[in-house]
Amino acid sequence: MIIKGGIVYDPANGIFGEEMDICIENGRIAEDAGGEVIDARGLLVMPGGVDAHSHIAGPKLNTGRIMRPDDSRMGTEPRTRVCRPSTGYTVPNCYAIGYRYARLGYTTAFEAATPIIEARHTHEELEEIPIVDKGALTLFGSNWTVMECVRENDLGRLAAYVAWGLRAARGYGVKIVNPGGGEAWGFGSNVKSVHDPVPHFDVTPAQIIRALAEVNERLRLPHSIHLHFNNLGRPGNYTTAIETLELLKDIKPSRMRQVVHVAHMQFSAYGGTGWKDFESKASVIADYFNQTDHATMDLGQIIFGPATTMTADAPLEYANARIGHQKWSNHDIELEESSGVVPWVYMRKMPVNAVQWAIGLELALLTRDPWKVVMTTDHPNGGPFVNYPEIISLLMSREKREEEMKTLHEVVRSRSTLPSIEREMDWSEIVIMTRAAPARILGLEDKGHLGTGADADISIYSIKPDEIDPSKDHAKVKAGMSRAKYTIKGGVVVVRDGEVVAAPQGRTYWVDAAVPESEMDRMLSALKEKFERYYSIRMSNYMVQDAYLSNPFVVRAGVQPLKEVI
Amino acid sequence: MRLQIEDVLCTFCGCLCDDIKVEVNEGRIERVRGACRLGSSKIMGHNRIKSPMIRVNGTLKETSYEDAYRKAAEILVSAKHPLLYGWASTTCEALKKGIILAEEIGGVVDTTATVCHGPSIIGIEEKGLVGSTLGQIKNRADLIVFWGCNPSEAHPRHTLRYSSNASGRFIPEGRKDRKVLVIDVRETRTARNADRFLRIQPGTDYEIISALRMIIGGKAESLPEDVAGVSKKELIEIAEMMKSAKFGAIFFGLGLTHSRGRYKNVDNALSLVSELNSHTKFVIMAMRGHYNVTGAGQVLAWSSGYPMAVDYARGAPYYNPGETSCCDLLSRRDVDAALIIASDPASNLPRGCVEALAEMPVIQIDPFENPTTLFADVVIPSAIAGIEVEGTAYRMDGLSLRLRKLVDAEYPGDVEILQAILDNVRRLRDDN
Repeated sequence: MIIKGGIVYDPANGIFGEEMDICIENGRIAEDAGGEVIDARGLLVMPGGVDAHSHIAGPKLNTGRIMRPDDSRMGTEPRTRVCRPSTGYTVPNCYAIGYRYARLGYTTAFEAATPIIEARHTHEELEEIPIVDKGALTLFGSNWTVMECVRENDLGRLAAYVAWGLRAARGYGVKIVNPGGGEAWGFGSNVKSVHDPVPHFDVTPAQIIRALAEVNERLRLPHSIHLHFNNLGRPGNYTTAIETLELLKDIKPSRMRQVVHVAHMQFSAYGGTGWKDFESKASVIADYFNQTDHATMDLGQIIFGPATTMTADAPLEYANARIGHQKWSNHDIELEESSGVVPWVYMRKMPVNAVQWAIGLELALLTRDPWKVVMTTDHPNGGPFVNYPEIISLLMSREKREEEMKTLHEVVRSRSTLPSIEREMDWSEIVIMTRAAPARILGLEDKGHLGTGADADISIYSIKPDEIDPSKDHAKVKAGMSRAKYTIKGGVVVVRDGEVVAAPQGRTYWVDAAVPESEMDRMLSALKEKFERYYSIRMSNYMVQDAYLSNPFVVRAGVQPLKEVI
Repeated sequence: MRLQIEDVLCTFCGCLCDDIKVEVNEGRIERVRGACRLGSSKIMGHNRIKSPMIRVNGTLKETSYEDAYRKAAEILVSAKHPLLYGWASTTCEALKKGIILAEEIGGVVDTTATVCHGPSIIGIEEKGLVGSTLGQIKNRADLIVFWGCNPSEAHPRHTLRYSSNASGRFIPEGRKDRKVLVIDVRETRTARNADRFLRIQPGTDYEIISALRMIIGGKAESLPEDVAGVSKKELIEIAEMMKSAKFGAIFFGLGLTHSRGRYKNVDNALSLVSELNSHTKFVIMAMRGHYNVTGAGQVLAWSSGYPMAVDYARGAPYYNPGETSCCDLLSRRDVDAALIIASDPASNLPRGCVEALAEMPVIQIDPFENPTTLFADVVIPSAIAGIEVEGTAYRMDGLSLRLRKLVDAEYPGDVEILQAILDNVRRLRDDN
């Protein structure tokens, strides 16, 4: 296949809007090729989108669907010759997730949090999501074994447990959510700072985060730790954010990437002492990111309208339910995590929501290096991922931001710096934030770029970059990005003129990390006892079986220097 | 060859115990250890349907699988609005196939949940569900409440493995470290083992829950001295018991979902638990009956957005329990054929619904003969999930587990059968 004459953006390979042809052979980008020719003359061409933080599969998604039949009713689309029926807006059914990502030109999406013991369910849903390549990050932040290893300062055993946990969950990386808080929530409390000890475990969140970060690097995992801060969603929490980031400054990355990826930074960039004097501290956070190089973030941009909040931060969800007088689902997971789900509506005239909206945009615009910032809505926490084109148009157009701000509560002007920000992103920066950076941050070497040998995941939009001015034609930008002219996934045209025309099964990525056998044996003998005494299922029934990954892609990592990197 | 298989999952009730030992000799199950009597008898097997059958002139005649598949497909294709009902005692993989079939023929998929914990699901739609896995309760709960359920007889290993009698990290002494409260209309075996038994009049659950909510919300003074036959003093004591627990757990059964008030009872109980979290830690869980009725709801939810009663007649999922649930469809004569799988509606549905079923063409897929077989027009015997085929099931707390295959099957599995029917449906459609 040859894509002819497109205006190509491939920042990872130093290509910024050049007219060129792209060749595809056997599902990968090639030097030359024959076969079908796609005429992309003058059109915007870029690598397929990569979503590094989205909630797309697992028990909390299904809890959202079950408790929100009202939401399922939205976005209903009947089956077609290619597609199974779609439902839902904030909590779409599995098929809709695949089709909608593909229509946006996205070809990869990672589920951001799954407990090990419930990973089988997560994979059952991932298997049902068509088209996109996917993976799931595994939760370790309130895990008994993790906390015991940390308390005993036994990083060898911790590394073995993390490797085993990733294998058991067929997980891709280490996710930490409100570390220690999930365990405290087991008896209805929380941890209040990174130095607040976890009840019954004699460790602090700070110790958990640092140990997991060290072990993450010791295991040379493709992705860094992926961290949801303590105190998330609370006024004044920007200090917790900075304090936590400072903890990790001296840790050396084992790969060419960050040592910590901060999830949905927007929810942790809050000033004020309460909701009344709530204000943006995005500029402080962005300054910190500008001055340091060990951390990256995704936005967690909010979108006005309905959302469904879902997180392993169970105490936060309890607070949300009380604040919003909303229905509330909670799910505590033995020895591992807690979680919650609460429906939400972000309102333009609500002062807090208006400022939250501004914070996401500020973070993106004030952080100078787009490689440090991934565009997300923390779907469906800040809003559904189908709104990414809206965010792109806001980042590219000051005029659009001004228009929007006129519709919001006026505090958006006094409590954020957004009105004074003039920066308007260009296509290169957008491609970095939505493709190149998330792929690099996740450690997906064959994604997010169009170099020879990369996965032939490509999106082509009905936008002519040489003819339109995104700062003025923001409506065209939004419309064009909402429906890809073509989405090509692994060399297969899956979307043509905004319609899904093929729905192949994507791959599921997971990380198999090697550790010395002696460490693994030592860890397992302690773990067996835990299963005998405390778990409610048998160890032999715990691991996710191969049957749940029909198209696996295994990334090797480990403690020992591996052959391919020597 | 004699084989001992460990950590087998029991495919009887929603406990989905996964620590059973099974002895297999020459491809036959000889002994089951560690299961309760109900589970044991399920695993040992009984009364298998021997061959596919088609009803001819009023009597079932043995036939080949191919003919049975063809006949089943003919029935489904010629129906205007077929019902695909059951799914509680088979694998998630089978339901996945069933949903594809329903999408293609414009049928309704409903699970046995609509006649057991369907009201619970509607309650959850109203209020959410403050829950946990069973292990969390085993490790932490110092108060266990059984409301309208009787695990001693319906979920025999529940108390020992997961709830009142289990020991856990923060409950090292098991039963001694916990209090058990039973609320029911009669003194069950579970009630006899409780620290406290509150016997309430039938149909008064809603009032009792409301009174407890008022007391917990600080409005005790507004209560009358007697609520549905229970004294205010006793209710205050029970509310105090709940509030003073470090971790409380309510398990509820059909006594709550099927007494007067139905989903409103559950809605109220879910609210009670939600509110108790202002004072302490509390969770609630439905005692699911069949081993994979939870899984059926999960698969339907991720496939269609809805956990039961999904109508595909419009090409897209449509859900409105009370309209699209099996009893409503049958009592209105709104479906004209049925595929019944892994369930026995003839024994469980209201009489009028069973009569409606008896009047329409019915396909039954099941390993075992049951009263539904008596009026089925096509009977397709299947391998037993979790014994003869592997697959996925969800425990009552939503934990997904993989069922094992213990012995070879003489029969095709549900997935294979549904695929064959689907292939026949597609072939018939192409011919037209």
